[in-house]
Amino acid sequence: MADEKVSRRDFLLYAMGAWAAVGVGSVLYAMYKTWEPLPEVKAQATVTFDLSSVEPGQIKVVSWRGKPVFVLRRTPDMAKCDGRSVKGDYTVVLGICTHLGCIPNWEPDKKIWHCPCHGGEYDACGKNIFGPPPRPLDVPPFKLEGNTIVLGEEGPEYKQMKEKGLTV
Amino acid sequence: MKFMDWLDERLAVRQLIKVMLTEYYVPKNINFLWSFGVLIMVVFAILVVSGIFLLMYYKPDSHLAFDSVNKTIMMDVEYGWLFRHTHAVAASIMFLVLYVHMARGIYYGSFKAPREIVWITGYILFVLMAATAFTGYLLPWGQMSYWAAQTITTLFEKIPFIGPDLVVWIRGNYIVEDATLTRFFALHVVFLPLLLIVFTAIHLYAVRIVGSNNEDGIELTKEEKKHGKGIPFWPVFMAKEFFVISVFLIFFFYLVFYQYKFAMDPINFTPADYLQTPTHIYPEWYFLAFYEVLRGFFFSQNLGLIAFVLSMFIAAFLPWLDTSPIKSGNHRPLYKILFFIFVADFVFLTILGKLPPTGLYAWLGFAGSLVYFAFFFALPIISRIEKKKLEGGR
Repeated sequence: MADEKVSRRDFLLYAMGAWAAVGVGSVLYAMYKTWEPLPEVKAQATVTFDLSSVEPGQIKVVSWRGKPVFVLRRTPDMAKCDGRSVKGDYTVVLGICTHLGCIPNWEPDKKIWHCPCHGGEYDACGKNIFGPPPRPLDVPPFKLEGNTIVLGEEGPEYKQMKEKGLTV
Repeated sequence: MKFMDWLDERLAVRQLIKVMLTEYYVPKNINFLWSFGVLIMVVFAILVVSGIFLLMYYKPDSHLAFDSVNKTIMMDVEYGWLFRHTHAVAASIMFLVLYVHMARGIYYGSFKAPREIVWITGYILFVLMAATAFTGYLLPWGQMSYWAAQTITTLFEKIPFIGPDLVVWIRGNYIVEDATLTRFFALHVVFLPLLLIVFTAIHLYAVRIVGSNNEDGIELTKEEKKHGKGIPFWPVFMAKEFFVISVFLIFFFYLVFYQYKFAMDPINFTPADYLQTPTHIYPEWYFLAFYEVLRGFFFSQNLGLIAFVLSMFIAAFLPWLDTSPIKSGNHRPLYKILFFIFVADFVFLTILGKLPPTGLYAWLGFAGSLVYFAFFFALPIISRIEKKKLEGGR
């Protein structure tokens, strides 16, 4: 039996198996696609914000794609940021701890962000200075239009920062 | 009796009852720890029934979920609070009985040949139960629900290459949102319970084939158990089990009526807010030990993650880590010591998991995590020592 050519019954079996595999594959793909974000979610891509509305030493939180973006206008007594400022004295970072995604709180007296979950700390530039966070707070994709910042679009300033590896 | 005859002719129910109950023998040399398997079934039944009643008023929508639980079910539905408290307490107690059941299996070597399938299916059941608890915990849509889901789904981000996309896919959004809630709901009420039932069936079937282990870990044949060394599961074993169930239920409903707060975190009575992390977040008590392993490697996030995943799954490989021919911990002095250190370490990690991860606690967490793994890595070594001793003795 073993050295016989593929019999008709075997052939039918293989054909059925292959066809069933195609069916299962397609169904799994359809199932996979149902879990993707809906169009209305994908559409919340960009947000604009007026930087001049932030006073020196003040911090504002902008919601972008459901995530908080911290806009901090630094004062001279805060940490100096080499290349991590989006513009002048402005720190714009994603307010999500790079450790496990909690939202760090600004502590005005120490001038740092402190993560309540696992004790991570970031300076006024968003650089991780203590605890488990593996890297600074991310800089979201941005584009500058005068004093207005567009979050979710990659402008030349962002691309420059990205090339230097300063955005993550 | 006529009805039974009628049924027997069509479904062979008498044979089924014999195989499953009256001629399925349990060894006599077991102790009360062997009653926890049935207790798990009791708790599961309580969860299913209370869950069905919660389902009748719960709304899986991020705008409606919190009020449907905290207003409709808790204040408007008559006895709604009873079903919620029962469900929450049962979920918590499920892990208590599961841990005892598993610890008994580890101590008496019930995972060893020929019971590997019993152990593996049991372990899968534990993981499924953990997934069910985790998805269920999001449903009330409180702050603790939300941030538990947010942090745990973020863990997937660290998977190389596909991580960031995978997280968005799991959530159906850039953050935990309505889509996440609704899919977790579907998993919690349909998919995971279905899998739980399927694997429970395999687990029980496997136990029917290989039989229960016993305190001495010495195999008994069915004949031996039939003639003196065992008792039939029904009615003799279950007669005692009913007593254990009764005592357990007194304890359980004492918790439901007087101590339910331990299963209901006060922070979770604030609606979910994606812009505000609660100042101190922690998982439910039954995940604290694993959580502490995650935090224990405080100096390296990646190491912590690997350790966390390993800590959750390493016990599944016990049958291949512990190859000693001696089963029961009663006859293994070295193993006995290790086992109790392991249990103490698990409790220690659980306590530490609730404390802030700073200073001394961070180092204690690291030490505790190492001890946790030391137990598993010591098993092949003591297996060899015991094998040598056995060979030398003959």
